[in-house]
Amino acid sequence: MIIGSGKPIKDILAMIEGCTKILIIGCRGCVTVCSAGGEKEVGILASALTMARQQEGKPIEIKEMTLERQCDPEYLEQIRGVVDEYGAVVSIACGAGVQFVAEKYRKIPVFPGINTNFIGVTEEQGVWTERCQACGDCKLHLTGGICPIARCSKSLLNGPCGGSANGKCEVNPEVLCGWQLIYDRLKELGRLDLLEVIIPINDWSTSRDGGPRKIVREDLKL
Amino acid sequence: MTSDSRLEKILERGEFTVTSECGPPRGADPEVIRKKGELIKAAVDAINITDNQTSVVRMSSFSSCVILKQLGIDPVLQMVTRDRNRIALQSDLLGASALGINNVLCLSGDHQKFGDHPTAKNVYDIDSIQLIQTVKRMRDEGKFLGGDELKGVPRFFIGASANPFADPFEFRVVRLAKKVAAGAQFIQTQCIFNLDRFRRWMEQVRDRGLHEKVHILGGVTP
Amino acid sequence: MRLSYPTNVKIIRVPCTGKVDVLYLLKTFQSGADGVFVAACMEGDCHYLTGNLRARKRVEYAKKILDAVGIGGERLEMYNMSAADGPRFVKVANEMTERIKTLGPNPVKRFRVTNVQEKPCEEMCP
Repeated sequence: MIIGSGKPIKDILAMIEGCTKILIIGCRGCVTVCSAGGEKEVGILASALTMARQQEGKPIEIKEMTLERQCDPEYLEQIRGVVDEYGAVVSIACGAGVQFVAEKYRKIPVFPGINTNFIGVTEEQGVWTERCQACGDCKLHLTGGICPIARCSKSLLNGPCGGSANGKCEVNPEVLCGWQLIYDRLKELGRLDLLEVIIPINDWSTSRDGGPRKIVREDLKL
Repeated sequence: MTSDSRLEKILERGEFTVTSECGPPRGADPEVIRKKGELIKAAVDAINITDNQTSVVRMSSFSSCVILKQLGIDPVLQMVTRDRNRIALQSDLLGASALGINNVLCLSGDHQKFGDHPTAKNVYDIDSIQLIQTVKRMRDEGKFLGGDELKGVPRFFIGASANPFADPFEFRVVRLAKKVAAGAQFIQTQCIFNLDRFRRWMEQVRDRGLHEKVHILGGVTP
Repeated sequence: MRLSYPTNVKIIRVPCTGKVDVLYLLKTFQSGADGVFVAACMEGDCHYLTGNLRARKRVEYAKKILDAVGIGGERLEMYNMSAADGPRFVKVANEMTERIKTLGPNPVKRFRVTNVQEKPCEEMCP
């Protein structure tokens, strides 16, 4: 899922400086699962902003809503009737959601309340780590199900580099060396032979380097 | 002979070879390199110039190699893939060959987190093994990576590094084999402090017959 | 036990401090409370095993938010005590009351805005 985390409250206060009425919208998708932008977080942010502004003598009226998702147009229609009453919208969905709201509601400023961090998984409650870089050309079958692009700090396709020590990446002692993980896994699977082959130079045009991407499914279009 | 490199000649003759390393200055003064070169030129067969080592910005390896060349020294151009994509790397290779630089050491390069510009974007378009393949392709097939023919083929003696002291130990020699398969002709190892481990590594190297395919120079430091 | 504790302390009972949510803590300050303390069972004695441990983490998190918005995390505190330990409760209530007295009233009350509109009686109740 997409993992995000809250922006510092002072940054959000700076964005809404001058607004007297705002709408905070959360999302029941990924950001609810990682406790960054769900209904609970909408409530916490609303309470925090209200208190901060009250103390400055600049009270603010805040409406709280949480949509199913902010990345599908049908769900965004749910705020069509109310959005005009507000000076700004603070969306605590991921970057895609924030942008989609801004796209559908062009006359009102839409501010991001969280930082979208990465595509990842829940390692344990409260701990999320990156797994995927959306490179558009998945090679997980060559590396025992562990991604060298996302989990190697240098995205090497023929790693590890000389900085791998005791299974840790030299860049950050808390980061496991992606290539040690790949080696261990392929050893468990009895497929170390896969590592004898040089993985060729990558085609990065399917990733962000190739420009903003689009997928079209003609069979699904109405 | 694949190049006009003095280093290649000496290694091919089977003679004991000594190379050293020069770190370029953190400024624009060419005298620093000239002084360093003059100091050791009589004692070594070739001098490596590091490429923004540890991600700290220094005068480029390329330009420093040119300065050393002017003093009659055989320089080894170190190239990391951290800072330049395949377009820039191929371009620099052509320029280096044109200016009479005959030896290139292909590396991935330390992550920018270690250096003086930790907020920089890194490149790692290709890794060290793929860089070796690139140099070999340009030299032996006379082609760019994209497939077009070169007008003027570069001549290079291709090198790579090896770290018998990194993990996973059992995999280090496999990775060395990949570098040799990619086209590496000489290897410079990281500094040897653990003779026992080096000895075991060399055993594995000999088991695979790699000692007959590539020249290995052991790294020592005072 | 018939021990007396300061009258400004209002008790809100929950089945376990594990039920205390960050949002409740914030809303309490939002509605004007000058201070909040969470009285939890001793660590290791939680009937639901880890409720009081979770409460501690949530209290820490709420304190950070209170600092960030200028209310001050010192107005919120968590104490562990046995449910039978009346004297400890009184001691904590007194301690917290003294602390809040020193800190002064909750800053959200500084610019109290009344939303009551001035309208003649007849209009409000026809």
